[in-house]
Amino acid sequence: MENFNIFIRSIFIDNMIFAYFLGMCSFLAVSKNVKTAFGLGIAVTFMLVITLPINYLLNTYVLKAGALSWLGADYAEVDLSFLSLIMFIAVIASMTQVVEMAVEKYAPALYAQLGIFLPLIAVNCAILGGALFMQQREFTSVGTAICAGGGWGIGWLLAITAIAAIRERLATYSNIPRPLRGIGITFILTGLMGIAFMSFLGIKI
Amino acid sequence: MAEKIKNKSVLFNPLSKNNPVIVQILGICSALAVTAKLEPAIVMGLSVIAVVAFSNVIISLLRNTIPTNIRIIVQLVVVAGLVVIVNQLLLAFAYDVAMQLSVFIGLIITNCILMGRLEAFAMANSPWPSFLDGVGNGAGYAIILIIIAFFRELLGSGTLLGMQVVPQSFYDAGYVNNGLMILPPMALIIAGCIIWVHRSINKDIQD
Repeated sequence: MENFNIFIRSIFIDNMIFAYFLGMCSFLAVSKNVKTAFGLGIAVTFMLVITLPINYLLNTYVLKAGALSWLGADYAEVDLSFLSLIMFIAVIASMTQVVEMAVEKYAPALYAQLGIFLPLIAVNCAILGGALFMQQREFTSVGTAICAGGGWGIGWLLAITAIAAIRERLATYSNIPRPLRGIGITFILTGLMGIAFMSFLGIKI
Repeated sequence: MAEKIKNKSVLFNPLSKNNPVIVQILGICSALAVTAKLEPAIVMGLSVIAVVAFSNVIISLLRNTIPTNIRIIVQLVVVAGLVVIVNQLLLAFAYDVAMQLSVFIGLIITNCILMGRLEAFAMANSPWPSFLDGVGNGAGYAIILIIIAFFRELLGSGTLLGMQVVPQSFYDAGYVNNGLMILPPMALIIAGCIIWVHRSINKDIQD
């Protein structure tokens, strides 16, 4: 039940885009039409669900202070947490590579859709941000990590699909001042949607 | 002489004409979350300048030896190494600010400005221009951060760098801080307005 709460929390209250602004670069760059935006959203969700549990295990059994105590009493004092940034990004970059190869081999149709986005994901802040929040909030089990990863991914997916739908409409039906067209209005829209999402903050689960 | 002019444009172009944040739309992620107060924004700006400049130099020195198909991992490792150094320095000498910035120092690694500059500039140029390019782009990023943080702190808390600038008599007369400015979404709206002003001046980059 607690994991389910974390899942819901991660989608709405801790939404990666509207509450933390993570993954904004690709959010702004790839939100011109709904179809590609949805594809990128799926890819991000997928990578979060895969990398967050791996990084959780890495953090718990290798990096955290005292995490190496399973090797023997001598190692109980070792604290490798200063290495966590390098380890997390290495896991994310290599998993991106592995997933890219696997998808290319076993699901060519999906690869054709996601192909260009997969390498981009290694530098999507939402993935590394997820890993760092996981470390900061001291998650207690792999299940929590998977639920939070899924929630953050779906939250990101919802956000990018919504903004892409709005931008599609804006491009045809509205008369925006010239200097504000394109990226300017997208910033302001995202800000307004962020304010709307803040209303979830009052909900305690 | 021609060389000199080129270096100058490499250093100064990113400040306005080719600003990484508002023109190339890179590195937004961290730009917005750390700007509620001026001090963390300045520290963040300086950290990014240092990391971009030195990672540009390192990648530029290594550019002829990196195999093309693993270059992203090499770049990420170089950047991550530098960020770890910055992070440890901040924890040692500016602990309070480091705590305020929390995960966002770590997120410099995935700041698109870094990957963008490494791919677009450092992989093709010699170390000295790469260094200037890094400093220029880092500074362009820092300027935007500081402008946003200036407005947010001034209007949101009535302070600048923690010092009270809106006089007490204003509050007595009924002036109230705009609490909305503290909330993260306002950073986006201010950035949108900066883009608006910038594009009204530079007509050639309008959509």
